Amino acid sequence: MRGLLLSLALCFQAGLGLAQTDPVIAPQINPVEVEARTETISKTLRCVVCQNQSINDSNAPLAADMRNLVSKRILAGDSDAEVREYLRVRYGDYVLMRPPFQKNTWLLWLGPLLLLASTGLWFLLRASRSKQAGAIGRRVISEADRARVRAALGQMDDDEAGS
Amino acid sequence: MKMSTLLVRTVPIVIFIIIVVFLAIGLQRDPRIIPTEMIDRQLPDFALSELHVEEATVSKWDMMGQTTLLNVFGSWCAACITEHATLMEVSKLGAVQIIGLNWRDTRPDALAWLERFGDPYTKIAFDDESELAIELGVTGAPETFIIGPDGRIRYKQFGPITDEVWVTTIAPIVQAIAEETE
Repeated sequence: MRGLLLSLALCFQAGLGLAQTDPVIAPQINPVEVEARTETISKTLRCVVCQNQSINDSNAPLAADMRNLVSKRILAGDSDAEVREYLRVRYGDYVLMRPPFQKNTWLLWLGPLLLLASTGLWFLLRASRSKQAGAIGRRVISEADRARVRAALGQMDDDEAGS
Repeated sequence: MKMSTLLVRTVPIVIFIIIVVFLAIGLQRDPRIIPTEMIDRQLPDFALSELHVEEATVSKWDMMGQTTLLNVFGSWCAACITEHATLMEVSKLGAVQIIGLNWRDTRPDALAWLERFGDPYTKIAFDDESELAIELGVTGAPETFIIGPDGRIRYKQFGPITDEVWVTTIAPIVQAIAEETE
């Protein structure tokens, strides 16, 4: 299914290329589009020298060479995803600004949600427990206890009278 | 103490310990070292001009058939000077051949640098536009790949190969490769 989508996307792209440029020459992408796509893709790739910048923002020489590579891959007919994959194969997930959802990142993606859910659950449990405790609290004094309290209070009255 | 109270009291402590462990691990990692993806991969095909002899090419075939250190360096790279003496010594040992990847440099600068500090390299690929550097996932200099006689990348050293690194890390791997190919 993915392959089919990809090939469809590629056909569509090739078609676009043909429509925009001289159809006699091999399908070419117009330079403005290459530049725009290079910028879009570069923003999603992390500079491996200065790590909190994308290669689009970075002045590092290696970032410049990586931008050139992105342009070259686009000219070679790669889709945006394929260009990213090309660098990912060589530099690892690290090079992607947006970490993909996979085995070692599910906690990263779902962590905040899990935290929210577990805190919510915690509060719900606590609320229901204190409600229960309240109900039990009213019933907890048995008749025998009441008698003991009355007796003790009576004794106190006697003591006070005696003094 | 009731079971539930015990639970309520231990849960925050357990969470705290987990966070501390995670942070402790995170703090001990060097964020500049990006783990390489290249281990056990075959060298990519490439053809770059040789530094000394411009019309000659360096390709992966120069690194096949014997254990090779592919050393990424540049005349602009200060840390490269610190490993250079060790590389000179290693080149005399004859256990490995050292091939240079002169990265993002100019020919005159690189040649002058080698003139000054010595040339331990069998051949030097001149890569001023990071062509091979990106293929190999290079992030900085110096970096050194150990490549087996079959052209398979076995190890990547981040940072300079000092005498100590050679003895404790590089030499044992070279030795292991030699033993398995015997």
